[in-house]
Amino acid sequence: MTTRAGKRKKKRLYLVLTSMTILVLAVGLVMTALEDSISLFLDPSDLAERDIPDGQRIRLGGLVVDGSFNKADDGLTYHFDITDGAETVSVIYKGALPDLFREGQGVVVEGETRNVGPFVATEVLAKHDENYMPKEVIESLKERGVYQETNEEENI
Amino acid sequence: MIVEVGHYALIVACLLSLIQGTFPLYGAVKKQGRLMSIAAPAAYGQLFFALLSFSALMYAFVVSDFSVVNVARNSHTLKPMLYKISATWGNHEGSILFWALILALYGAMVAYFGRKLPKTLHVRVLSIQALVGLGFYLFLLLTSNPFERIYPFPMEGNGLNPLLQDPGLAFHPPLLYLGYVGLSVTFSFAVGALIEGRVDAAWARWVRPWTLLAWCFLTAGITLGSWWAYYELGWGGWWFWDPVENASFMPWLVATALLHSAIVVEKRDTLKAWTILLAIIAFSFSLLGTFIVRSGVLTSVHAFATDPERGVFILLFLFLVIGGSLLLFALRADKLQPGGLFAPISRESMLVINNLLLSVAAAVVMFGTLYPLIRDALTGDKITVGPPFFNMAFGFLMIPLILFMGIGPSASWKRADLMGIVSRLKFVFAAALVAGIAFFYIAGGSEIMAAVWLGLGIWLLLSTLFEWADRVKLFKPASLKRMSRQTRASVGMTLGHLGLAVAVIGMASTSYWDSEHQSIMSYGDQASIGGYDITFKNTDGIIGPNYSAVKATFDISKDGVTLDPLRPEARVYLSPPMPTTEAAILSTIMGDLFVVIGEANSKDYDEWAVRLYYKPLQIWLWGGAAIMVLGGFISLSDRRFRMGLSKRVKK
Repeated sequence: MTTRAGKRKKKRLYLVLTSMTILVLAVGLVMTALEDSISLFLDPSDLAERDIPDGQRIRLGGLVVDGSFNKADDGLTYHFDITDGAETVSVIYKGALPDLFREGQGVVVEGETRNVGPFVATEVLAKHDENYMPKEVIESLKERGVYQETNEEENI
Repeated sequence: MIVEVGHYALIVACLLSLIQGTFPLYGAVKKQGRLMSIAAPAAYGQLFFALLSFSALMYAFVVSDFSVVNVARNSHTLKPMLYKISATWGNHEGSILFWALILALYGAMVAYFGRKLPKTLHVRVLSIQALVGLGFYLFLLLTSNPFERIYPFPMEGNGLNPLLQDPGLAFHPPLLYLGYVGLSVTFSFAVGALIEGRVDAAWARWVRPWTLLAWCFLTAGITLGSWWAYYELGWGGWWFWDPVENASFMPWLVATALLHSAIVVEKRDTLKAWTILLAIIAFSFSLLGTFIVRSGVLTSVHAFATDPERGVFILLFLFLVIGGSLLLFALRADKLQPGGLFAPISRESMLVINNLLLSVAAAVVMFGTLYPLIRDALTGDKITVGPPFFNMAFGFLMIPLILFMGIGPSASWKRADLMGIVSRLKFVFAAALVAGIAFFYIAGGSEIMAAVWLGLGIWLLLSTLFEWADRVKLFKPASLKRMSRQTRASVGMTLGHLGLAVAVIGMASTSYWDSEHQSIMSYGDQASIGGYDITFKNTDGIIGPNYSAVKATFDISKDGVTLDPLRPEARVYLSPPMPTTEAAILSTIMGDLFVVIGEANSKDYDEWAVRLYYKPLQIWLWGGAAIMVLGGFISLSDRRFRMGLSKRVKK
């Protein structure tokens, strides 16, 4: 074996070893990080039907029930109900509401499940794309058979 | 009539790309000069017709021709002219047409600036470019025709999401697309070189400017998008790890890796196969990003089902381009002669580490972005992968990257003296460490990660400056002369690294040490945040072109000095009816004061929900990114990269 080829082999070995180390490290990181930061999307019926353990991070989506929205005395805590037509969940949220939040509109809230009391949302999400209704909510409503094509969606 | 001209022009451009993508390619194999000479004129013609087609669509938007479905869906007569124009590329069909136009533009640029390239390589690059274009034209004509008419046509359009009506966002997509599509040139060069079976220093010198150009636009586009989110979404967030953002970030990571590995090919004639592979992956990411965002698959797998035609086309196209080029790579990679050797401690090794970390980071981002899709397909569970995942996995990869970034430029080619580097940089490292610890205590001994990131930013800043000072022998005789003699490429490198350092310092500070204050305020109420005293003065009703708004006035003072008042707005747009907040921001080098007015709390409209934020060193983030782009453009102006220059310029 010439030294040049030998050196090349050695170089390749270093390269392979370095990449393997980084890869193993990365896979490990990815897996641990992933466990904690997944949140499951559910609608109110899912929440009622499925056996979700307490303290599970979820995103709850549905329509804000007309007339259910009210503000607490501090002016910054909000109560409202979210429905998918079949089931309804009460939500408490303290913080800034996104611009698109309105009664009768689709909404996705994030928080942890608890077995008593209303759902405490830590975040109310608004999609910032050209669709006004979160896609997951449309799908869930279609599944529950309460979705109506509004003229806001498509009037032509 | 003009709309039909646009439609025909699109068909002609499609046919031209077919011709450009086939005959010259055949000619290059058979060494037939006549067939090969079709390529360049076809590229110019394609640009002409693509431009004509896009102009026709823009015309339809400008005159609000609602008989065109696309215009009716996305425009409105009341919209300001700028947003009528930007609506042209603000929708699915228009944006794909815009892509095809830029693809044709780059094709024509390669045809013009690459005249001095070896004939067969030049022709092959142009053909590959045309074949990619062909895919886009067919996609437009078969599934997403922007010129489709409707009858009877509506009298008024649907309008555009008011959040998108913003100068920042009007120019965000064009910049981003210039970046995405710029990578197509690198891709075409890579595939062309694979067919030729030859990659050498000259090839790298042709490819690098294109990568650099694409990288500059991508950086600028991503920054502009982030800045838009910061001031428009109303709570000062600037990065969300949203699929749409990730789609632009993945090609950026790979393009950054490519930028560095191309240097190794140019200077040391090695890492060729890897560089070619990166070029293929970078463009694959930009294709994947565009289609995945545009088709809406990412929010749900079922989006394919609602429009199966588009979905199948996209899958087929991605399969052909990515699969085809990777297959070609597998078949031909061994034809690339390996070049210079290097020791484990050397500039080459440093660049290899950069490449590995950046590619793994891109893979991590891809995994997090696509995982919900995989999970949905397998189990039907709809999940979201949140920012904590990305912050942790991505962040951890960036720590070694930045550490090595401080060392890399000091390492010499082939074999570097590790001890020498360590002894030169040990004080810099100590200084960064001390600074990190100092900040940790100043911030009250909390947020260890903030101190880590600040320390890293300072390390990168100091080590980059130190390396530069060492290179120009600062404070020694003739250092000014040496400064002016630096190649533009090396000045660009220094600026690029400095820019990242500044941005990292800004990110660390604004992510960990921001403060917010939410309250209900009446007229005359006072609040203070970030050293500012804020007095809520009054509100006014105002009427804009297509919205009405409440404009609030806040008096601002700092240390007893009165500053200009801030005037945030709460707007309600008319079509579509939608409220938005326009934050008022006072930016200084030390931090941003960010004021948002919410809704009225009482029927008398004298109590309002007010949100105040203080974002320390926020402006460093944008400034750092701007320095990076500046560095890129300075490097691009290096004379070695000027096309048409004789083959071998002594460095």
